[in-house]
Amino acid sequence: MNGVEELLRYDRVSVGYGSIPVVHDVSFALRAGEILGIVGASGSGKSTLLKAAMGLLGPGGAVSSGELRYKGQNLPDLSEEEMRRISGAELAMIFQDTGASFCPIRTVGAQLYEAVSAHEALSEAEFRETTTALLQKLRLDDAARILESYPFELSGGMMQRVGIAAAMLLNPSVLLADEPTSALDVSAQKRAVEEMLLIRELCHTAIIIVTHNIGVVRRMADRVVVMKEGRVVESGDALDVLERPTQAYTKKLMAAVPKLRRGA
Amino acid sequence: MTTPILRVQELKKIFSRSGREGFAAVDGVSFDVGGGECVGLIGESGSGKSTVANLVARLLDPTGGRIYLEGNDVTAADVRAVCRTVQMVFQSPRESFDPRRTLGDGVGESLRNAGQSAAEARAAVAELFEAVGLSPDFASRYPHEVSGGQCQRAAIARAIAIGPKLLICDEATSALDVTVQADIVALLSRLIRARAMACLFICHDLALAQGFCDRLLVMREGKIVEAGAADEVIQSPKTEYTKMLLDSIL
Repeated sequence: MNGVEELLRYDRVSVGYGSIPVVHDVSFALRAGEILGIVGASGSGKSTLLKAAMGLLGPGGAVSSGELRYKGQNLPDLSEEEMRRISGAELAMIFQDTGASFCPIRTVGAQLYEAVSAHEALSEAEFRETTTALLQKLRLDDAARILESYPFELSGGMMQRVGIAAAMLLNPSVLLADEPTSALDVSAQKRAVEEMLLIRELCHTAIIIVTHNIGVVRRMADRVVVMKEGRVVESGDALDVLERPTQAYTKKLMAAVPKLRRGA
Repeated sequence: MTTPILRVQELKKIFSRSGREGFAAVDGVSFDVGGGECVGLIGESGSGKSTVANLVARLLDPTGGRIYLEGNDVTAADVRAVCRTVQMVFQSPRESFDPRRTLGDGVGESLRNAGQSAAEARAAVAELFEAVGLSPDFASRYPHEVSGGQCQRAAIARAIAIGPKLLICDEATSALDVTVQADIVALLSRLIRARAMACLFICHDLALAQGFCDRLLVMREGKIVEAGAADEVIQSPKTEYTKMLLDSIL
């Protein structure tokens, strides 16, 4: 389509836990350099879609039908070893609470070095150099202090920004972001969103952002998928879906968003 | 002037660490909340909002200042002495219930503690569940068997069970998605007006706070930097800090 490469394609994907279906017949594609927002109520299957791509569905969870293709290969068919090679290096994922996915008794720098070393052979000095450059590029000054800090020594907002930057260390082509701003207050939210937009601009990374914050999607996404009870109810150009929803559920969702009345 | 339900004067809380300078989480905060009134406490993470709530509910001891409930000085009171007057609703409803007991048990506990018989408490729980929009059969369910929104309704039923004068909601709707959030806020609004409770509403969603609260207090680094009618604070903010918060909204 228009010569734009499709990086990730969900083709009639259904996901179940044991005999319980949670995602039904979902199809959409993520193109290179694009930001796709997935919105919907808690329990609608948004996060499950991202976990299915990363092989993180957990015990009993499986893609029961359909295909989930990354650059042509069906991800659920890959061996554990092939998946390990892609995870982080080509498909990276960030979560709601980055601090919780770090070990509290080791410095941020030591843990990032360990993660990068699993994919690339590089010295600690080389790691420091490339990481400092990346953090600065993403406007996280004070890289030395960040790397030397323990996770609890950084604020929640700062830790989240470090997590987003860390996901970019191996320069993946796709970033899957699961509620990356939901635990943050408005000012920290804004900084995290700006960082992700900067990543797209500088690295041309395609991003899927799962969130229930409509404001975040409006600011970031090119296209939007609306989920309800495991199914896609509406999808399309972000402005169309958010400003002129056609489905009753999307209209209800948009009406429920608290609106600030700032007056004239 | 009628006596406000909550009056806080020059409240201060310093968390001290051995060998280091103490950290003033709440630094000289004063405000009133009247019956049927909802006052929003807004500000960034770490600005001291929840510490104010925990001081008022007597879960923490203040370093300085005074707390009055219906005119009585409760600054040094035990939490058990104020729990009939002050109740809290927290962010994650499931974690605020005992996972091994039914919601009916959890909600009825305070009634039994207040001297009601098991049968009286059961009948009261059924009425409370109805008041918060849950069918009576939810009383026999466990926290993990209900949705987050339903669990929060049960937490609200528990909070209002013994007829408190002050309801503190600490990010009570932040974990809920917007459609459920709208329902819960409507429920809270109705209960506060109907029971003439005072409400201290802690929230970092400024649009939600504007819609729900009569007045807003903006906190920064332990201090109230701006206070006023909700629409006034949002529509004509006086401090750079409030403007920055408003401009951050996506």
